[in-house]
Amino acid sequence: MMPRPLISNVLAAAALVAGLTLAAISHAQVKGLRETPLTEVAPAPEVVKQSTPADGFGRAYRQQPPLIPHKTDGYQVAVDNNQCMTCHDWPGNTRVNAPKISETHYVDRQGVRLDKVAGTRYFCLQCHVPQADAKPLVGNSFQNATQAK
Amino acid sequence: MTQANETGPVGRPGLFVRLWRWFFSQSKRAWGVIAATAFALGIVFWGGFNWAMEATNTEAFCISCHEMKDNVFAEYRNTVHYSNKTGVRATCPDCHVPKEWGHKVVRKIQASNELLHKALGTIDTKEKFDGHRLTMSRSVWRAMKTTDSRECRNCHDFKSMDLSLQESRASRLHQSALNEGKTCIDCHQGIAHKLPPKAVEAYNDMLDTIDKVGLTQRIVDYLQDADVEKAKTAKR
Repeated sequence: MMPRPLISNVLAAAALVAGLTLAAISHAQVKGLRETPLTEVAPAPEVVKQSTPADGFGRAYRQQPPLIPHKTDGYQVAVDNNQCMTCHDWPGNTRVNAPKISETHYVDRQGVRLDKVAGTRYFCLQCHVPQADAKPLVGNSFQNATQAK
Repeated sequence: MTQANETGPVGRPGLFVRLWRWFFSQSKRAWGVIAATAFALGIVFWGGFNWAMEATNTEAFCISCHEMKDNVFAEYRNTVHYSNKTGVRATCPDCHVPKEWGHKVVRKIQASNELLHKALGTIDTKEKFDGHRLTMSRSVWRAMKTTDSRECRNCHDFKSMDLSLQESRASRLHQSALNEGKTCIDCHQGIAHKLPPKAVEAYNDMLDTIDKVGLTQRIVDYLQDADVEKAKTAKR
């Protein structure tokens, strides 16, 4: 009986050869996002400014985390402090007329209601992001939910 | 005292009387020499004093201590006061030392306490620094609150601030801050350095206890023209 490892070794070697050949053939046609050859320094991408519309951004679909229409550069979000909460946690939001964080953000993953933002929702910028009107690297046909209906 | 000097134990006039007599027995030329020497020494000492004061009022001097260089300076390097679109920088003394001479000298005298703690090694590790961060922040917050953020105002003056050019959110809040008599530090804490733990609660606690200070701080408040009463009654 032929030992099994030998079969798999042969198969693996064959796959490797096939893969390398395919790579060699297709090499010429590959067009990456980085258009400059790897051996050269690519020109720096254009600097785009952040968009800060006074009336904010609309949502593209109902569950979308609202986008941030203001600068966030100086705000500290760390274990001891979350400066987003200064204006977006109740009652601070009433003083500065800022949107209050969603009620869902005061509930932890066991469903327990809390007085402060839940740890699972702590890092605002994971979902809520600033925007810049930058040219997309790859075109897309995204339509927001109202347009798609 | 003069009597005791006049009838010294060895029968000759006392030290004070001898000096007095020597002083007024000099010729006019000697007086000229004395006056010229005093004038020259005055320039040297006064110039030297001011030179020393300015030498200790530079960023290079501040970060010659690793306590400043590795903590607050490192944090500040990521902020707008270090690097920004116009290239105007605010260095350590611009915010932490008053510009006006009298206030500056008082602050410099206060700094002797900082030298003492440098010698004692109170904040010579990152852990120790973070352990004292709340105390140090509160001290700076209190100074800025009671002096209407005087050092901020050297550059950021409400009178020269065109609210219409600001982002709508900033413009609205600055207008209400102006109406309510708020000061810069009331909102802009931690703009240059890492905040202490629970900064908002800590700041409010600082406001609640703003007049509960010892005698030394009261003297400093007086010399720095700090308006504790106004700070106490200002709207939150």
